[in-house]
Order: sequence, then C-alpha cells, then structure tokens
Amino acid sequence: MTGIGKSFLGVRVLGGVDLEASAGEVHALVGENGAGKSTLMKILAGVHTPDEGTIEIDGRSVAFGHPIEAQRAGVAIIYQELTLLPERTVAENVYLGREPVRRGLVDRAAMESATAELLSSLGEESFGPRDLVRRLSVAQQQVVEIAKALSLNARIVVMDEPTAALADHEVELLYTLVRRLTERGIAVLYVSHRLREIFDLSQRITVLKDGAKVTTAETSALDTAALVRLMVGRDLQSYYPPRATEPPGEVIVKVRGGGNARLHDIDLDLRAGEIVGIAGLQGSGRTELAKALFGAEPFTSGEMTPCRPRSAREGISAGIGLVTEDRKAEGLLLNQRVRDNALLVARATGMRRPAVEGLLERVRLKPPRPTQEVRLLSGGNQQKVVLAKWMTVAPRVLLFDEPTRGVDVGAKAAIHELMRELAHDGMAVLMISSELPELIGMSDRIVVLRDGRVAGELPAGATEEAVMHLAAAS
Amino acid sequence: MRRTLPIFVVLAVLLVAIAVANPYFLEPPAFLAFVKRAAPLVILAAGQYAVIVSGEFDLSVGSLVTAEVVIAARLIDGSAEATWPVVALLIVLGLLVGLVNGVVTTLLRVPSFITTLGMLLILSGAIFLWTGGAPRGALSEEFRELGRGSLGPVPWSVLILVVVAAAAAYAMRARFGHTLVAVGDNDRAAALSGVRVARVRTVAFMISGLAAAVAAILLGGFAGVSAQVGKGLEFQAITAVVLGGVALGGGRGSVVAAMAGAFTLEALFTLLNLYGISGALEPAVQGVIIIAAVALGAVRFPRRRVAATS
Repeated sequence: MTGIGKSFLGVRVLGGVDLEASAGEVHALVGENGAGKSTLMKILAGVHTPDEGTIEIDGRSVAFGHPIEAQRAGVAIIYQELTLLPERTVAENVYLGREPVRRGLVDRAAMESATAELLSSLGEESFGPRDLVRRLSVAQQQVVEIAKALSLNARIVVMDEPTAALADHEVELLYTLVRRLTERGIAVLYVSHRLREIFDLSQRITVLKDGAKVTTAETSALDTAALVRLMVGRDLQSYYPPRATEPPGEVIVKVRGGGNARLHDIDLDLRAGEIVGIAGLQGSGRTELAKALFGAEPFTSGEMTPCRPRSAREGISAGIGLVTEDRKAEGLLLNQRVRDNALLVARATGMRRPAVEGLLERVRLKPPRPTQEVRLLSGGNQQKVVLAKWMTVAPRVLLFDEPTRGVDVGAKAAIHELMRELAHDGMAVLMISSELPELIGMSDRIVVLRDGRVAGELPAGATEEAVMHLAAAS
Repeated sequence: MRRTLPIFVVLAVLLVAIAVANPYFLEPPAFLAFVKRAAPLVILAAGQYAVIVSGEFDLSVGSLVTAEVVIAARLIDGSAEATWPVVALLIVLGLLVGLVNGVVTTLLRVPSFITTLGMLLILSGAIFLWTGGAPRGALSEEFRELGRGSLGPVPWSVLILVVVAAAAAYAMRARFGHTLVAVGDNDRAAALSGVRVARVRTVAFMISGLAAAVAAILLGGFAGVSAQVGKGLEFQAITAVVLGGVALGGGRGSVVAAMAGAFTLEALFTLLNLYGISGALEPAVQGVIIIAAVALGAVRFPRRRVAATS
C-alpha cells in the first residue's frame, strides 16, 4: 500500500501512509485509538475506497470497490467483533454464500469434509464442522474465521485486536495459529494494543499516529519503552502510577463463604485506599465475582457486609459500582450524549445530581464536551464516560472488570492514574484484568481465582509466574 | 436535533400547500378546527412515542379506543349524571390495559409486538361479543362537549391537547424521560446502572393506554359512537411517531417531533381531501409513508451479539 489517504466528511483520517508486508511475515500495526489503523485495514479489505494511493498484491496493482473483490484478491480480515452466524454450523459458516452444490442441492458432505480438513490443518481438534457456532468459545470462533480465510485462499490475513476477548491460555493457542498461517506463506497484519503480543509475534512494526505513518521498524530493534514513545509521541514516565504509601484503611466490603451457581466459598475483604487485583483464567469466575459483589448476579449463600445485594439497585444503594467488562453492551447508552450517560446512575437511583462538567475534566475526557454522542467517542473516552457515570454517585467501592480492554495507551495510563487517585481518596477498588503485567503493576494485593474459588492471594509486585501457578494449578 | 428538524419542515410545507388550496385555512377558526381534528391522533402519538422510545410497540391502542367509546355509550346511555364517573372509569381502564400489556411484556417476556397484537384481538373480540356488531346506548351531551364543544373560540380538545403536549414535553425533560430513553437505548446497561427496567417499560405502556383513553373521550365526542371509531389508529400513531424520526427499537427521537409527525399525517390527509383524492387511499398513502420514513434511516434495531462472554 503506497501513499494511502482517506477523508470522511472532510476530516482527513489518513494521509500518505505506506505499508508493506511480505509472505510469511507477521507485520504489526500499532497506534493509539484514532490513529487510523482500522481505516487503513478497511481500505485493504475493500470496505472503504481510498481517496489517494495505490495497493499492490504480488506486484499487481489492485483497486477494490467492494469487500468481495478484496476477498477474491486474497485479502481476509478478521474483525474484533466476530461476524459468524451463531445458529449455523461451523461448516455452514466457513462456506457461507459459496456452498458446494450437487444437483441443485447443497452438498453437505463435501462441505463438511473440506471444513474438517481445514480444521485439522490448523491443528484444531476441540470441535468439528457440525458443531453450532454459538456453542464455541471466542477463541474457537476465531479458528472458524481463520479456516474461512484459508478456504478463500487468502494471501493476506488482517487480524484486528484478535486477543481482546481471549483469556491468557487462549492467547497461546492464537500464537500457534498465527505461526501456522505464516508457515503457509501468508502475510499476517496484526493490529493490537497489547505490546507483549506484538513483541512475541511480529517481525516488523508499523506505527501510525494521527493518520500518518511514524515509522516501520524491525521488531528486534525496538523495546517497549521505545515503541510507546513512538506511539504517543512522548514518554510515559512510568508505566503504572506509584502504589499507596500508607497502609490501607478500614474494611468496607467483607465476604465470608460467598457462593452461587458459579462461585464457591469466597472470602474477600476490600479496604479503603487499596486496589485489589483479581486474577484467573477465563471461566474462573472473575466477572461472576464482580457481578456477585455488585448484586447483578447475586451471591445466594454466605455473609457479606455492608449487605448482600440481591440486585444492581441494592448494590448501588450499598455504595458499590461496577465498571462492566463490555462497555458497549452493558455500560453505555451509545446513542445518548455524554451528559446523559454520566447522569444515568444518579437519575436511576434518585441521588443528588452533581455538576457533570467538572467531573468530565476529572476523568480526563478529551475534549470534555457533555453534548457529544457517546457512540462517536474512542474506546478510551467511552470508558472515561463510564467512570464519570459512577463518580457522580460517589460509591465507596468500585469494581473494574477489564477497565482498559480495547483502550489506547494514552487513555490506559489516564484510567490507571484515576483508579489510583480514587483509591487514594478512600475508595475501595477491585480490578479484574486478563493482562497480567497491568494487574501486577496496579494491584496492592492480588487474589487469584480458580474454578470459582479463591486459589490464593499474593502481595504487591508478585511475578507473573506466581500468579499463573495459582491460576492454572490443578 | 438533526433527526427532528425535517418533520417540522415537512409539516410547514404541507400547511402552506393546504393554505394555497384553501386561503381560509390559516385563519383561526379553520386552523383551530384542523388542530381539533388532529388532537386525538397527536395524543395517541405521544403515548405511542413513550412505548416506542423505550424499545417496544403498542398495537392495541386502536381497539382500545373503540372499546372505550363503546363502553362509554353503553354505561352513560344518555345520562348526564353518569358522565363524569364513566370518564374516570375510562381513564382507569386505559391505564389497566397498559398495565397488562406492560406486565406481560416485561415479566412474562412476551415480545410487545405479540402482546399488544393479542390485546388488539382480545379487545376487538370482546367488543364484538358485547355489542353483537352494533353498539347500544348513547353518549350524553356533557360527554360529547369535550370532543365537540369549545371554551369561547378555543375547542376543548385543543386545550386538552395543549395540556397533554406540555406534560409530555415536561416529562421527557424530567428524570423519568431520560430513564425511559436510556431503557430503549440499552436496557442491560440501564439495569446495571440501577434503572428498574420492567417498571419503566410498564409505565410507558400505561402512558399509551392513558393516551388511548383520552383520545377515545375526544373521538367519542367528535365522531360519535361506532364500532369502527378506533380502527387503524394504532398504525396511524406508529406512522406518526416514525415520521417524527423516532427510531424503532428505541433510544432515539423526541416526543415533540412525534407529535409533529401526527400533525403532518393529519395535514397530508387534509391535503389529499382538498384535492379530491379519495379517503380510501389513506391507508395506502400511510403505508408508503411508514416504509419511506423508516427507509430514510430511522430504523436501528438492537444488534445481536455473536461473541460469547465469559
């Protein structure tokens, strides 16, 4: 891709961007939200047509007016939000719209055996071509997407934040999958916010900032600090804000023997001024724990002070707030303005209404415009609106479930600072994160869950190995 | 506000077009008569708006209007003393039907399209059973005064409309209105923020039922008793709301624009009438309008999510 430029409604989102990827290479594309990564990839996939610039594949110049044309030219894109049909089988999804036909009928046998071949070539044995997609995990669904790309003879596979919805052990599987693609001589364009993956997987990195290319560099020539500097254009002094120096205050939430369908025998204390990290593999009950503490999926047994909430409303009136894992589905009113989102909890519960404007400054919303519709904001800014929503009612306990997922580096640092600030002001903070360095960097104490139980507790600064040992031990 | 502006432009254009064909139209008596004729539909549109913006539908309002008028005629049977107790009863009945619609939709989780379609059939079946096809009894003069009469130069129904419109605009700016739109935009996020989603939606259905009761009182006075008085009103109300740029699926649009949509529909019918186009064409025109309005970008059904969460 050479000299690619694109404007939407007169706003230039990309200009003069060059990008090349060779066969068998993993080429990472990084940049803060709004840097133009998605637009560039959508141009490659034929979703948008560029205003300027050219695209060549295997030396031949191409121009795509429609995603189908890009698909035929060998470009496959795997979106962050998977686009499979949940009620259809794996084989039906792989061959959607191109089903093999015999005597006017869909040849299911041929379709299924071809799919089985693709799956086994990817080393996938945990499910088969006849399984319904809705029964598969997100990681397995990605395998289906990749099988579909292979069945289209893709030469270039674009992966947009493929690990955003994966747990740590699934990330390893994805690595294997990516390597299998490169072994076949496929060029993989890898878009991610997670720097560790980029260093693990890629040979080269292209950094975008504000719609322009900053540089393309060999991965081996960069380290994390250098890459962050290129992305944000400045140094992030230290990756995580300093921990509290004073010992934590009084116990605000105390759970003894808390249990429900997914959790067993949970003992947990949350203290004022402390950030407690919750670690665990996917399915270990991290989100369920947050929802139980909050009351949305309540504990059915055990003791909890100040009260055992039986609904979100009760949790809120007990002074507990929950920043949900999926901010679009569970956190925000996307079509409403920033102001209405920020006031949602206060209005719902009839609490006093604080001034929103100052709060938007405090959560570092940029720009702090209360009239902007939330769906138009970047992921980081959307998360800041969720924080503002809770801060209007000044909870004593705030539970953060994956607070920085899909958020760019700059906003991530802002959210970390804010969490520390809240704790410093006497709030009890609980944080769930699948990103271990983040969890370790932020927490004053780490509680590890396994199969819905507390597997153990680690002090601040525990190693990743120690956490993984507790999370995965049998 | 970019979604609400077009309807006011369309309404203004239609009013000018009517005024061109009939120069007296913009003079107070004729214009007030137009507003009076439009009042029941505008009130129904305000009620339908509450339901639609919360993410649901109410198809039962047309047969509820008919039921209310038929019941009023039977119970009042020309007696002046019975008028006010019956008016109160009609209001209670409207709220009650809304309550049933709301409870069945939110607690039994029957999609509102089906709930209110069922209610439509139940009510029209009940009317038929009760009246045998021909309504009996009569409305009192006092009752008919509300739909026909006026206070000085201003018809009662126009005054009632002004009160309803002001109340609707106020409610949508108050805490309740914001919560209602929040539920329509994302009910899960609203619930996790402490909103009592089932209660809010049920109240929306009750508002629609109340609107149907008020519309029935005006229509009974204006048009008299018949078993067809509310026929098709549910679709007229939905068309009006959609025309006002309110998104089906909820979460977007203003009540003032929805009411303007009802005026626009009424103005369009008036214009067709002026040019001598048969009233029989009205449903067809309405069909074209509702499809066109939705096609113009109002529709935003909630997206289904594929990816499973942990």
